[in-house]
Amino acid sequence: MKPVFMTYTKKDLINLAVCMILSVLIIPTFIKTEYWYTSILIPWLCLALATIGQQIVMGYTGQLALGAAGFMAAGAFAMFNLILRVPDLGFVGSLIVSGLIAAAFGILFGLPSLKVRGIYLMVATLASQFFIIWMIDKFGWFKNYDSSGIITAQDIVILGKPFTTPLAMYFVCLAVTTILTLLAMNMARGSTGRNWMAVRDMDIAAESMGVSLLRTKVQAFAISAFYCGVAGALFAFCYLKSLEPVAFDIKLSFKILFMCILGGLGTINGAFIGAAFILLFPVLLNAIGNNVFHGAIDATIISSIEQVIFGLLMIIFMIYEPLGMAKLWENLKQIIKFKLSSSNIKKFKSLKKT
Amino acid sequence: MVEELLFFMEVLVGGLLAGTMYSLVALGFVLIFKASATFNFSQGAMVFFSVLAFCGFMQDFNIPFVPAFILAALLMVVVGLCTERLVLRPLMNASEDTVLMATIGLGYVLEGLAQAAWGVEVRRLDLGIGDFPVPWIADNLKLFISALDITAGLVAAIMIIGLFLLFKYTKIGLGLRAVADDPGAASSIGIPLKHIMLLVWSAAGVVALVAGCMWGARAGVQFALVDLALKALPVLIIGGFSSIPGAIIGGLIIGAVEKVLEVYIGPFFGGAIEGWAPYVLAIFFLLYRPEGLFGEKIIRRV
Repeated sequence: MKPVFMTYTKKDLINLAVCMILSVLIIPTFIKTEYWYTSILIPWLCLALATIGQQIVMGYTGQLALGAAGFMAAGAFAMFNLILRVPDLGFVGSLIVSGLIAAAFGILFGLPSLKVRGIYLMVATLASQFFIIWMIDKFGWFKNYDSSGIITAQDIVILGKPFTTPLAMYFVCLAVTTILTLLAMNMARGSTGRNWMAVRDMDIAAESMGVSLLRTKVQAFAISAFYCGVAGALFAFCYLKSLEPVAFDIKLSFKILFMCILGGLGTINGAFIGAAFILLFPVLLNAIGNNVFHGAIDATIISSIEQVIFGLLMIIFMIYEPLGMAKLWENLKQIIKFKLSSSNIKKFKSLKKT
Repeated sequence: MVEELLFFMEVLVGGLLAGTMYSLVALGFVLIFKASATFNFSQGAMVFFSVLAFCGFMQDFNIPFVPAFILAALLMVVVGLCTERLVLRPLMNASEDTVLMATIGLGYVLEGLAQAAWGVEVRRLDLGIGDFPVPWIADNLKLFISALDITAGLVAAIMIIGLFLLFKYTKIGLGLRAVADDPGAASSIGIPLKHIMLLVWSAAGVVALVAGCMWGARAGVQFALVDLALKALPVLIIGGFSSIPGAIIGGLIIGAVEKVLEVYIGPFFGGAIEGWAPYVLAIFFLLYRPEGLFGEKIIRRV
């Protein structure tokens, strides 16, 4: 078997090293306020992970799905029940199994993708969203017959050590997200990803070249739901610290869809960019509302404005750059590189003259 | 036995009439899909936007009912104009999925604008038609059917007949169908694409306003209307995306099945299966008849 790191280029390893140094060393030493961990970094990592799930099915396989929050709910409540009923599994084991349970739902609701596409598929996946939430809501067993509606999530305990401080939870999220992101990049670059993209670009052509549609699509849905499930479990246990079906409603699905599209379809780094943007923009807007207008603008109006801006951005990106912010970032890098190289040429020429 | 049968009839008729409310929303989708092969995801937001504006005109500016309705309808024409100009024209040659995502964005814009302009609280809309059983029917047929449901049914019937005649027998309708079939060929024989698009989006806006009035009178004018409008999607799948009769039949099927299932099977599962039953029904339709009852068969080539 080929070792995993062999498929990465030197550039990737440098990128990874930079990201790791930044997230493991620099952020914990410089950011001390809890707010940053509990309200920004942890939800960012969780939602970015869910967005990677959405990317796999939508950006890579080209299937218009709109049920990410449903799978997140499945993962979150599976996690709750596994820790409650099968304590021997441990945190990591439960996380993997809850991802697998979400994947089972993904397979079930991904089956219609074999027959339909586009908006038709979107409706079929909406069924998963509404069905999963309804199921959790209606059958008391999933909520351990808790009548209050909101259940407190259990503490995270890994190998006997509790992870309860914001910083510790941040590291848990970081570790899971890093591993799954590396895996996703690996899959996207290997034959699995090639098959996904072949199906996305023209499914009939892909089929006639020997790509099994059944296998590829179901695989994409299962892996996507696995990512969403794990993300949902982390979202509930590290960010919300409680479990309620309402937190995973259709609005969250739309949010993840926006993160995926604005970030850039078919890119992994787009998932992180998109999640950061959708998460940070309202914070920024609120800060402007509080500091510039000193609360003169009502909070509901600010959230309406935020909605308008998201919508406008969506339209603008669809018209001018359907590949999203990841592509803008690439373009920016190209421009900087070009500027640098042209200044180098000038330097070289001036050297030659003297 | 008779009582049970009567109860079943009541549930069924109630469901069918409630279904016409879904049909009204679905009709707006069909209009746009027929003329431009664009799936307008923002139809639900248009329903919310138009009826909130209507309420705003009436309640905040004290404009009487009819002028407020006309103003709201004109506002929807303006929305249609802006959409055609700013969203659809730049995306003329983009893929279907791209346009669909742009309309999701448009929906967000409309929802946000409506709430920024008119506030987020639930507004009551009084059409002068009560949402209570009609005494005459209750006395003579022993059926309890809401007056609002009957009105919605009538309004839907009138609109559908009107639109059907428009598409079938007028020159505009012929133009609409030509554009739907092949926009390039239609514009090369001199059909003004711009006007057709504007017309269709305005018509969809007015249909949205009517649908919004019906829903608003029942459930209050609030953000939840957008989610309700999502239920028009299964209606479209069952009826077919490009068929006006399909929208009405699909709506009736969804309305009836949803209510009957809720009353007879719902209690075994703890109720509230209305939320997902239409979608599951739509999945079954998709598996056996993906183009819907009245839709045109989709043929894809490499």
